[in-house]
Amino acid sequence: MDSNQVQVMNSPVDLKPEDFKKIGADEKQAEVIQRESISALRDAWQRLCANKLAMTALWVLGFIVVASILGPFISEWVHGYDYYSNDLLATNESPSATHWFGTDDLGRDMFVRTWMGARISLFVGLVAACIDLIIGVIYGGTMGFFGGRIDEIMNKFSEILYSIPYLLVTILLLVVLEPSLGTIILALTITGWINMSWIVRGEIMQLKNREFVLASRSMGAGSGRLLFRHLLPNAVGPIIVTVTLSVPNAIFAEAFLSFLGLGVQAPVASLGSMINDALTGWLYYPWRMLFPATVISLTMLAFNIFGDGLRDALDPKLKK
Amino acid sequence: MEPILQVKDLHVSFQVKGGEVKAVRGMNFEVGKGETVAIVGESGSGKSVTAQTIMRLIPSPPSIIRQGEILFQGQDMLKKTNKEMEAVRGKDIGMIFQDPMTSLNPTIKVGKQITEVLIKHQKMTAAQAKREGIEMLKLVGIKNAEARFNQYPHEFSGGMRQRVMIAIALACRPSLLIADEPTTALDVTIQAQIMDVMKEMQQRLGTSIILITHDLGVVAGMCDRVIVMYAGEVVETGTKWEIFKNPQHPYTKGLLRSMPRLDQKKGEPLIPIIGTPPDLIKPPIGCPFAARCEHAMKICEQIDPSATVFSDSHSARCWDLHPMAREGGQPS
Amino acid sequence: MVRYIANKFFYMLVSLFILISATFFLMKAIPGDPFTSEKKVPDQIRERLYEQYGFDKPVYQQYLKYLGDVVQGDFGISMKKINREVSDIITGSFAPSLKLGLVAIVVAVIIGVSFGVLAALYHRRLLDNITMVLAVLGIAVPSFVIATLLQYVFASKLHWLPTMGFKGPLYYFLPVAALSAQPIAFIARLTRSSMLEVLHADYIKTAKAKGLNWIAILFRHVIRNGIMPVVTYLGPMTANIVTGSVVIEQIFGIGGIGKQFVDAISGRDYPVIMGITIFYGVLLMIARFITDIAYVFVDPRIKLSKGKEG
Repeated sequence: MDSNQVQVMNSPVDLKPEDFKKIGADEKQAEVIQRESISALRDAWQRLCANKLAMTALWVLGFIVVASILGPFISEWVHGYDYYSNDLLATNESPSATHWFGTDDLGRDMFVRTWMGARISLFVGLVAACIDLIIGVIYGGTMGFFGGRIDEIMNKFSEILYSIPYLLVTILLLVVLEPSLGTIILALTITGWINMSWIVRGEIMQLKNREFVLASRSMGAGSGRLLFRHLLPNAVGPIIVTVTLSVPNAIFAEAFLSFLGLGVQAPVASLGSMINDALTGWLYYPWRMLFPATVISLTMLAFNIFGDGLRDALDPKLKK
Repeated sequence: MEPILQVKDLHVSFQVKGGEVKAVRGMNFEVGKGETVAIVGESGSGKSVTAQTIMRLIPSPPSIIRQGEILFQGQDMLKKTNKEMEAVRGKDIGMIFQDPMTSLNPTIKVGKQITEVLIKHQKMTAAQAKREGIEMLKLVGIKNAEARFNQYPHEFSGGMRQRVMIAIALACRPSLLIADEPTTALDVTIQAQIMDVMKEMQQRLGTSIILITHDLGVVAGMCDRVIVMYAGEVVETGTKWEIFKNPQHPYTKGLLRSMPRLDQKKGEPLIPIIGTPPDLIKPPIGCPFAARCEHAMKICEQIDPSATVFSDSHSARCWDLHPMAREGGQPS
Repeated sequence: MVRYIANKFFYMLVSLFILISATFFLMKAIPGDPFTSEKKVPDQIRERLYEQYGFDKPVYQQYLKYLGDVVQGDFGISMKKINREVSDIITGSFAPSLKLGLVAIVVAVIIGVSFGVLAALYHRRLLDNITMVLAVLGIAVPSFVIATLLQYVFASKLHWLPTMGFKGPLYYFLPVAALSAQPIAFIARLTRSSMLEVLHADYIKTAKAKGLNWIAILFRHVIRNGIMPVVTYLGPMTANIVTGSVVIEQIFGIGGIGKQFVDAISGRDYPVIMGITIFYGVLLMIARFITDIAYVFVDPRIKLSKGKEG
C-alpha cells in the first residue's frame, strides 16, 4: 500500500499542524499505581468494621460479657440479694421493681441467677474453645507440618475418634466422672479439638508448598521458625473463625447436657440448667424460661454472626 | 463475499460500583460465509464481551447493551426475545469456551451433554441423538467413541474435553461458530490439534468461525481476516497478510513485536508494550492507546482518530496515518 | 469403588468397637458397684445379684461376654426396671422416636433445599435476605428454646395444637418444627452457597449456549449439582436430630427412646445407658456410612479419585 492510495475519512474538526506535534508515550501515567497498599490484617479489620451486622453482634457480646460480670453485683448492691439467698415467701414471682427478672421456685432472684448463669455458660464455652484451640493447633500443626506417615497415622486416629458421635462420648464420660465444671469442660474437649486440628492441618499443608515458605526453607530456616513465623501466622484467619464458631457450640452442648442432668450441678446454675429447671410449669411462669433463654439465644446468635462476619472479612473471596 | 454476521456500532457497558465500564465502544465488523475471522487484543479489550453479546450470553444486569445492531442472517439479534434466542443458540450459532476443564457439567455423561442439544433443536429421538452424538465424537477425533459416549468429563483430558465441546457446538451444524480463546488453557501441542480439528470441521461443514484469541500464532495458522481490538474499539482490521506483513497501527505493530518468531535473529529481544490499558469507566476522549504510544501527538489525546482505509479489507485508526502527520508535524 | 466402600465399612466397625469397649470400661471404672448405693442389701442377695450380672468373674471375661452379647443385640437387664431387658426397652420405645426423626429429616431436606434454591435464584433480593436471616436464627437459637417458644405460642396461647403427647398427626407439628429448625437452616445455607457457585460455573454458560431454556438448565444442570453438598450433610443431620430428640421428647412429653435415655441417666441405670448409647452409636454410624456411599452415587467424580487412593 503506498500512501497515495490512502483515503482519510472526514475529520470532525479543523486540524492544525501543531496538533501533530509529537509527545511520545506518557510512561509515568501508564505505569501509575492505582491504589495505596494496605496490610492484609488492616484491610480485614476495615472490612469487619464496615459490616454493621457483625459490629452489632460484637457490641451485644460485649454487653453480655459485662453484664455477666457486673450483673450479680448490681442486684446485691441495690437490693441486697446474692446468688444463694432465697425467700420462700416470694417463689415464682413475676418481674418487679425488686426482682427485675422475677424469682424462681425457691424464691431466688432471677436477675442474679441469669447473669451468673451467663457467666458460667460463657466460661465453659470460652475455656472449652481455648483448649480445643491449643490441642487442635498442636495436633493439626504436627500433621500438616510433617505430613507423610505421621500425618497418615494421626489423621486416621482423629478420623476414627471423630466418627464416634461426640455427644455420646461426652454423656458417657460425665456419667462416670460426675459432672462439675472441670469434668464438663474435659468431656466437651475430648473430641472437640478434632475439627480445629483438621482446619489447621489443611491450612498448613496448603501454605507449606507456597513460594515464600520454600524460599525461607531454602535459606536455612529451621522447622520451628517455619512453623511459628511463616505457617501459623498465615493460618490465623481460619483459626480465629473456627474458635469464634466453636464457642456457641460448646455453650449449646453444655445446655444440652443440663437437660440430661449432666450439666453443672445445683446450686450452681448455667443458662442451660436454668432453662431445664424452668421446664416444669414454665407455661405458668414464663419469665423463668424467658430470661435465660433470651440470653443464651442472643449469645449464640452474636457469636455466630460475628464469626460469619470475621470469615467474610478475612477471606473476601468467600463472600457471596 | 456474502456476510452472515454484521455487527454495527455496538456499545456494551457494565454497571459496577464506581460507575459504568464501557467495555465495547462502537464495534463494527462483518463475517462472511465460510470465513474465519480472528478478534485479537489483550485481556479487557472487549473481545470476549463482543462474542458473548452476539450470543446474548452476557448476564444483564450488570451488562447493558447501549446501542448497535447485530445482524445474523439478516435478523437483529438484539431485538429478539429470550425465547427466540434459545432457538438460535446451539442451532445456528455454536460456541466454545476457554477452559474445557470447567465448561462441561461434571455430573452428566459426555454423551448426554451432546444429545441434549440435538434433542432440543433437531427434535431427534433419544436413539437417533445417540447415533448422531457418537458420529460427532468420531468426527472431532475421539477414538473409541461408543465407549467414550458413556463416560464422565473427568475421565477426559483437557484436549479431549475441548474436542467434546467442539462436538457439542457443531452438533446441529450451525452456520457460525464462536470460539472464545479455545486453546488458551491447553498445552501447546494440544493447541495445534484442536486448531486442526476446528479447521477440518469447518471444511466439512462450511461453518464461519469467529476466533477470539490473544495468541497471534493461532491467528496465523487459522484465520482469513483479523480484527485488532483495543480498549473496546477496533483499532485495525485487515486480511491475515495485511496485518502480519503490513501492520499500520502502533498497537498492532507492538503486538507483533512482542510475539516470538521463528525468523527472529538470535539475541534480538522481544519488545513488550509498556503500560496498561485505560480505565474504561472514564475512557480517554482521544485515542485510547495514546498514553502507551511512542508516536503519540498532541491531537491523539484530544480526538479519537477515525479510520484510514488502505484497501477494501485493510483499515486502521491512528492519527499518525493522517496525511498532516507526514506533512508538517515532525520537522525534528 | 468396592475398596472405597469396604474401607468406609471397616472404619465404621473400628469406631463401633471402640465405642462399645469405651462404654464397657467406663462403666467398670465407676467406683463401687451399682448395688452399694442402694439400701442395705443382705449379703446373700448381693451374691445372687453379682452372679446374675456376672460381676463375680474377672473383668476380661465380663468384657468378652459383653462383646458377644452386644453382637447378638443383648444389652443385659435393666437395674431399675425389674426383669426388663434393655433391648426390650429400646425396641419398645423406638417407634415414636423413629417416626418423629424420619418426619423431621424429610421435612428438613424438602424445606431446606427449597429455601436454599429460591434464595440463590433471588440472590441479594428480599427473599434471599429473609431466608438468610431466618437461617442464622435457626442455626444459632438452640432447639429447646425454639421448642418452648413454639409450645408457648401455638399450644398454650393460641390453642391451635396440642401441648404434650404423641397421639396423632396434629401432635407432630411442634416437635417436628423444633427438631428440624436447625437442619433446615443448615441445608438452606449449604444449598444456597453451592447453588450460587453452580450458577456461575462455566458449564451453565455452555448449557445456555446450547439454547436450552431456563427451566431445563435449572433442573438438569443447576439444582442437581447444587444440592450435592446436602448429601454430605445427611450424616451429621441424623446425629443432630437424634440428639435433639432427646431434649424435644422431654419437652413435649413423648415417650420415645430419648426419654428412656434421660430417665436412665438420672436413675443411673447403667445397663440401659450403655445399651442406648451403643444403639445410638450404631444408628449414627450407619447413617454416616450411608451418606459416604450415597455421595459416590451422586457425584461421579468421587468414584475414581477416592477409589484410587483408598
